[in-house]
Amino acid sequence: MSTLVSRSLCELAQLVNAGKASCREVTEAFLDRSDQLEGRLGAFVSLRREEALREAEDADRLRARGEVRSRWHGLPLAVKEILVSPNLETTCGSRILRGFRAPYEATVLGRVREAGMVVIGTTNMDEFAMGSSCENSAHGVTANPWDLSRVPGGSSGGSAAAVAAREVPVALGTDTGGSIRQPAALCGVVGLKPTYGRVSRYGLVAFASSLDQVGPIARTVEDAASLLGVIAGHDPRDSTSMDVGVPDYAAALDDPPTGLRVGIPREFVAEDGADPEVLERMHDAVRVLEAKGAKTVEVSLPHTPYGVAAYYLICTAEASSNLSRYDGVKYGFRSEAATLDEMYKRSRSEGFGAEVKRRILLGTFVLSAGYYDAYYRKAQQVRTLIRQDFQRAFENCDVIATPTSPGPAWPLGERVNDPLKMYLSDVFTVTVNLAGLPALSVPCGFTSAGLPLGLQLIAPPLEEPRLLAVGHTYQRETDWHQAAPEL
Amino acid sequence: MPEGWEPVIGLEVHAQLRTDSKLFSSAANSFGADPNTQTTEVDLGMPGVLPVINRRAVELALRAALALGCEIQPLSTFARKHYFYPDLPKGYQISQYDEPYASGGKVPIQANGELRTIRLTRIHMEEDAGKLIHDDAITGGGVSHVDLNRAGVPLVEIVSEPEIRSAEEAGAYLRSLRSILRYLDVSDADMEKGHFRCDANISVRRKGADALGTKVELKNLNSFKFVEHAISYEIKRQIDVLEDGGALVQETRLWDDKAGETRPMRIKESAHDYRYFPDPDLAPLRIDPEWIKEVQATLPELPLEKRQRYEQELGLPDYDAQVLIEDRDVAEFFEETVRLYPHPKTVSNWVMRSLLGFISESGQELRQLPLTPSHLAALLELLEQGKVTAASAREIFQEMAGSGLQPADIMRERGLEAVSDSGEIEALLREVLEANPSQLEKYRGGDQKLFNFFVGQVMRRTQGKANPKVVRDLLSQLLR
Repeated sequence: MSTLVSRSLCELAQLVNAGKASCREVTEAFLDRSDQLEGRLGAFVSLRREEALREAEDADRLRARGEVRSRWHGLPLAVKEILVSPNLETTCGSRILRGFRAPYEATVLGRVREAGMVVIGTTNMDEFAMGSSCENSAHGVTANPWDLSRVPGGSSGGSAAAVAAREVPVALGTDTGGSIRQPAALCGVVGLKPTYGRVSRYGLVAFASSLDQVGPIARTVEDAASLLGVIAGHDPRDSTSMDVGVPDYAAALDDPPTGLRVGIPREFVAEDGADPEVLERMHDAVRVLEAKGAKTVEVSLPHTPYGVAAYYLICTAEASSNLSRYDGVKYGFRSEAATLDEMYKRSRSEGFGAEVKRRILLGTFVLSAGYYDAYYRKAQQVRTLIRQDFQRAFENCDVIATPTSPGPAWPLGERVNDPLKMYLSDVFTVTVNLAGLPALSVPCGFTSAGLPLGLQLIAPPLEEPRLLAVGHTYQRETDWHQAAPEL
Repeated sequence: MPEGWEPVIGLEVHAQLRTDSKLFSSAANSFGADPNTQTTEVDLGMPGVLPVINRRAVELALRAALALGCEIQPLSTFARKHYFYPDLPKGYQISQYDEPYASGGKVPIQANGELRTIRLTRIHMEEDAGKLIHDDAITGGGVSHVDLNRAGVPLVEIVSEPEIRSAEEAGAYLRSLRSILRYLDVSDADMEKGHFRCDANISVRRKGADALGTKVELKNLNSFKFVEHAISYEIKRQIDVLEDGGALVQETRLWDDKAGETRPMRIKESAHDYRYFPDPDLAPLRIDPEWIKEVQATLPELPLEKRQRYEQELGLPDYDAQVLIEDRDVAEFFEETVRLYPHPKTVSNWVMRSLLGFISESGQELRQLPLTPSHLAALLELLEQGKVTAASAREIFQEMAGSGLQPADIMRERGLEAVSDSGEIEALLREVLEANPSQLEKYRGGDQKLFNFFVGQVMRRTQGKANPKVVRDLLSQLLR
């Protein structure tokens, strides 16, 4: 293993800026590592070896002339294949978008390109980001680098696995109900879901529009902060993006919070669903923060038990609507038939996988005449209550700490036929999306079986700097994020 | 209509807004371009795209609503209306549903000589769908083509209360609405181009009954003529069914102009569950009171107000007022001319006969002509001063409407100055009287009508250029 691939993005930037490594060498090291591991891991859907090396060489030439676009100019990242670009195929893990290449570019990918970063490939995911295990992909499953017989989590499982396996220093994921944080936790890396509206959704293929958000997956909080700084900011093409200035996230790291109050929600730690080992690791992590001067307070988020139900009503309703456009008429997969109706039915039946169809059916039902009030409207009311729960809790604390996931990675195939159990594994993450809050998952240790676990930190809207500072403080005191899976 | 029945009609009008770009994308909003050239990835419903509301479209919608006296909602929302059809690229249409931006309001109509108002339920904004082309001559047969140029074009849907009572009233309502939208520059409102489309909800009930009858929705009413024919037909059909003891079905029917009848639409197409829910990609639409004030301040005088003013302040007959206000450009031309030449009825006569005549013969629009109000005012001055005769003035008008030359120049160039020299005219009169001794004798015998015969003879000899007043005065003297 080249020593370059064990470096963080920030370390690589230092090496390259100091002339100790070229962008091409860095990019090639990660590509070689990926080539070596992909047969066992399956984190990537595509690798852009030639284009990436060419772009890295271009970056070296520009750097030699002093034309540096950003600190990350010429450094590699991977992209969940749900973000569109004319340079990439974007299938969202679905047969229905097989071969789809958009003639326009996602705003976040435009920002990454302007920063001069090199996309080395697209990463695997649950189809249309629907899933918690990365098993619902038309491209096959992705394995967890810590135990190849287990899932990497999902839906951004490919991005998390690639970063954990040192196939790439950082990656972009998307989070609708935990899809960045949960796979980050299960793969032992850092994942950040920004405040809803902090990052543009233009060119992010929609799953549930009111919940989706793009965010970074990295090995260090510092790298996550760096990538967030690249992608965050207002976009006039996204009406839900906030017109608020982007703070210097990297600078915030050196500004550790004093008198930090860490809220521990009674309902989360009392849940029967959480593995005792998981709770222990969380409490251990909180103790590390206490040792640095933080104070813990008990807070209450009383509507948490309704979170998963409300989430699955809202996200399926929105998904059933967002996925209407895949009808075989304009692009993507079409199954020819004698009549229009038959063409629609066959294209959608054959083009979508089982989990996506399950959610389209649920969402269609939830929005149908006579059921709207009982389901969709009720879920929106619960959503308001959950948001208010958080507002009240943040009157007494600065961040809230919970486990990211109720348990570690589970064996591949274990929950494929038990969707309800799969849905319940999102219990700690979904309420954050319903409330539109930023949340960070940082590695906080291992189970006795050696599987990584994550600590989730939640903050009020736009308080990413606070989250990152707390996460960075924690990583300075611990070395969980230094541990590498043996591959 | 058979005695004892009362039709109850409500109209839903879709009017395209005259914006440069679409409701949620930067694609051009223009008619008649090559298929699928007026589209962006947003209009095509590509993956990952997002809508952004067009401020100008909201402003035009606001103009329409304020002019129609609606109440503006400070906060309104866009919903998604779902159905599968190839003209709808996203699989849903973005439309205001349970929280429209405007409610109430009214449209003034004049039908059967009576002035009244039809109240509005609401106006809401939505995006148009694309178009399917099934014409074998274009597609080569056996397939349909999709043109998404129209997809995303901004519309307002104006919904009336069920207060319309006849096909004539429906026609009057649509004409009034069209005229208002054109005055406001909100819509071209051209029915033939699909800028202005109408669906009708029709039921009938026994006169004096409170309960409404079974409602039928009529679609495919693509011209004013169709609307009136279809509604008349449908009223009669419903009454016939009921009088024969039958029952009506609530359904959607299409007007078939060739057959001259309405026919039920396939049941399947009318049995949709649209699964409306608020579009999560769009924040609620905020219209602040300041903006309302600003827009209100720019509203022009509306057709009905204008018409009343023409009758009351300018003393024009009802007919003149109605003709003049139909087109806002014509009305403004009239008013400006009256400002320069303050004889409203004379100006009205010239606008109605000469100007509208020229427009309809040339097939051009007023704004395309080089003619200005000062041209017409100058011409009418010449006429009043007797420098030209009415016949010459009409000739000069034709020339100046086409060329934009000044009337005095045309008069001189064409030698159309009126002959007012009394010596010259007297000589001509004597010639005429001498040449027609028998008519002179009859006149002296009491046939007063022959006075005009002698005038006419002089006009003929001068090719209409003799000043008629001078001719008449001298003739009276000679015959005394």
